[in-house]
Amino acid sequence: MSRRDQTSRVEREIDQNLKRAYEDVANQELPTRFTDLLDQLRSQDATTKGKDKTDER
Amino acid sequence: MNADPRDELVEHLGSMRAFAMSLTRNPALADDMVQDALVKAWSNIDSFQPGTNMRAWLFTILRNTYYSHHRKRKREVEDTEGELSAGLAQKPDHDGRLQMRDFNTAFGVLPEEQREALVLVGAGGFSYEEAAETCGVAVGTIKSRVNRGRARLVELMGMSDEEPMEVTEVVTQGIVTMNQSIA
Repeated sequence: MSRRDQTSRVEREIDQNLKRAYEDVANQELPTRFTDLLDQLRSQDATTKGKDKTDER
Repeated sequence: MNADPRDELVEHLGSMRAFAMSLTRNPALADDMVQDALVKAWSNIDSFQPGTNMRAWLFTILRNTYYSHHRKRKREVEDTEGELSAGLAQKPDHDGRLQMRDFNTAFGVLPEEQREALVLVGAGGFSYEEAAETCGVAVGTIKSRVNRGRARLVELMGMSDEEPMEVTEVVTQGIVTMNQSIA
């Protein structure tokens, strides 16, 4: 096996390990704190928008 | 009415957690960081240009959050580095197989700028150009960080030419484990 092949093989293996570590976390079920936070941000926003409309009138 | 880009945020939270983990190496801290970044992204959504890469935009916010609030002092990282390297080098390869744990330990020893470059390019599917923009550095800098990071991992894990079987085993083992967890 040539030096170049060795390098690309090792790189590939490192990337596979990196992907696996990354995807292990990325594919986990999302903790509810994040979906709750999004709901909260959305409802805050709705309240603010409502106020803006009232102001315009 | 156009689609609200904020509806898309939820799709990137998994990747944001993964990227945050690679920077902090601490799940609780990583999630705090994602939470802060999510609030910032939500309130600054106007600075996102629709049609551009939202993940890159979010990762930029995330790493700014990390470097301004959540980063451990450099001193602490330096103190643990020698210890970890020594532990890895002396560890007997008793079962003839490198474990994912060892990879994670070796990865944790790398300087954070090499970790983020490796994760963005090697795992996140970022081009060198996108990674450079996300990190606010030149493309050549990202390439050099990726190369140095890989070289260091090879060194730490003893992924040398003489031991091709052992490294292949890790990957095979990884795939088997993954398939099992899917099934």
